[in-house]
Amino acid sequence: MQPTPTTDRGELSPPSPPTSTRAAGTGFPALRLKGAGPVVALVLLCIAGALLNPEFATFDNLMNVLTRTAFIGIIAVGMTFVIASGGIDLSVGSMAALIAGVMIVAMNALALGPSPPSPVATVVLGIALALAFGASAGFAHGFLVTHGRIEPFIVTLGTLGIFRAVLTWLSDGGAITLDYNLSESYGPVYYQSVLGVPIPVWIFALVAVAGVVILNRTPFGQHVQAIGSNEQVARYASIRVDRVKTLTYLLLGVCVAIATILYVPRLGSATPTTGILWELEAIAAVVVGGTSLKGGAGRIMGTVVGAILLSVIGNILNLTSIISVYLNAAVQGVVIITVAYLQRGRR
Amino acid sequence: MHLLKNITVACLLAGAGHAIAAQNVTIGVAIPTATHGFTGGIVWWANQAKKELEAANPNLKVIVKTAGSTPEQANQVQDLLVVNKMNALVILPLESASLTQPVAQVKNKGVYVTVVDRGLTSPNAQNAYVAGDNTAFGRLPAEYLAKKLNGKGNIVVLRGMPSTIDNERVNAFNAEIKKHPGIKVLDAKYGNWNRDDAFKVMQDYLTRFKGIDAVWAADDDMAIGALKAIEQAKRTDIKEVFGGAGAKFAVKKVIDGDKLVQANVSYSPKFIYDAIKMTATARLKGEALPAKTIIPSVLITKENASQFYYPNSPY
Repeated sequence: MQPTPTTDRGELSPPSPPTSTRAAGTGFPALRLKGAGPVVALVLLCIAGALLNPEFATFDNLMNVLTRTAFIGIIAVGMTFVIASGGIDLSVGSMAALIAGVMIVAMNALALGPSPPSPVATVVLGIALALAFGASAGFAHGFLVTHGRIEPFIVTLGTLGIFRAVLTWLSDGGAITLDYNLSESYGPVYYQSVLGVPIPVWIFALVAVAGVVILNRTPFGQHVQAIGSNEQVARYASIRVDRVKTLTYLLLGVCVAIATILYVPRLGSATPTTGILWELEAIAAVVVGGTSLKGGAGRIMGTVVGAILLSVIGNILNLTSIISVYLNAAVQGVVIITVAYLQRGRR
Repeated sequence: MHLLKNITVACLLAGAGHAIAAQNVTIGVAIPTATHGFTGGIVWWANQAKKELEAANPNLKVIVKTAGSTPEQANQVQDLLVVNKMNALVILPLESASLTQPVAQVKNKGVYVTVVDRGLTSPNAQNAYVAGDNTAFGRLPAEYLAKKLNGKGNIVVLRGMPSTIDNERVNAFNAEIKKHPGIKVLDAKYGNWNRDDAFKVMQDYLTRFKGIDAVWAADDDMAIGALKAIEQAKRTDIKEVFGGAGAKFAVKKVIDGDKLVQANVSYSPKFIYDAIKMTATARLKGEALPAKTIIPSVLITKENASQFYYPNSPY
């Protein structure tokens, strides 16, 4: 991911580092305007969905779609930081699977050990372990990219293989399943609703809001975009490039952990197919949402809309049977490319 | 002293001669990497066969290789021949068409080839074929569900991955269901033999169809996802979720008399164990296997479930 010249970014280009503090205010209306591409596509898709099947527009279906988007969406919010800084992380799907596996193994060991803590305490410890694991894995990525001077593509391609192989080894190729009593206590984290909205959707919303604030309203967020825009210039502007980059991977690791914490209670198990291709879905959500793969300007709300868009396509295909099932992936591909094309036209 | 040495040498020569007469057999086993429950079971059963058979036969060597992709498996087959000097190969090909040539080449060099489960495109590339019964895998659940629903009701189907195995199973299922005009297959979508995908597809089925009598999940991993979606939606119209392949947790549910999982169909990864054992036994005697061995898929119900329960296997 080479830094690119800032010239083609128009009014969206992040402010030059020395004046970074005034940026957020002026950049915001422009961001909203730019974000219209995926929103328009999403609205069109929803209209099509409602026409094809009246059940599409029901509240329950909406909640189903948003809940299942939460995993990819949360990861994609973290991914926006990494991509905006000019990096990439291919390992998130494998990382999620391994975090799920390690979490379940640890919680089972606690619950079936000699002096088991209460199920709720066990779940809390499992969650803490997941967050610690995600943060350290993210830190390791950042460290290898910055101090190791290895391309992020290569670092995370390597860990993609490592994480999944370790999970496969842990699970003996089969499934790692959460102890029954624990899944009773942990289940509500996925299945429970607050004010009619499932918990994963709330968490997704919180992560998204936090993402918007951090990226658009803090010096760190400005530095991330400045580095993605032109790393060399950012260095001259005495931005601590290595530290900021490492932090973006750490942040993504934490996002992966949060997504996994919500994922585990759904099926209560991890298998070697858990999280396969999540990295591509997350990257697609980021790019469809209008963040350039080359780095520079990141758009969290675009990413959120992009993630929902991807889920909605799958949902509509499941709710109708007008297209041969063999062609589902093709329909998804066409929509992704079309939206990306609309984005390109707006730049 | 000199005499003693001669006797020793003579004995060693005799020993070596004897070993050749008893036929040393080196079996190469080429199987897919454990990427999901079923292949996890394949790897486990292959290693189980290695352990048991090597302990029982000093002249036998079993080398298990797992591959994640077709080219990798083709390379392994080459290496097994050149490096390990195998004289028999038991292979579960990752892909039929692209592995036919590499396997045909080792067979031409005198290696005895047993192909398991997924076939090759040319039967000339193999000496023997051992497989599970995919037609019965589709037909038995259809028969069972038709009987359970008294010939009347709505079924939704979760398919595996787009592949010939999946087509064979689904065609057999549909052919049997056609005999019961009162039963309607509402839709059949791909769950990709994956729990998460099956969960989503089932959620959407539940949104779309207000009355579903039974689910044919076509695989036990997918059945888990479907069961969770049904549980979450608190739907009570569904009377049966039929998975398939006899995963241990599903067989356990059948034994325990689960409300939704009352039957299953066997398609155990144990057939790799059977194939290795059959090949080893025959080759140690210098014999051939029958050209085609189909390991039957059997309907598992509460009565016979304990015979299909392998608690130590990962699958």
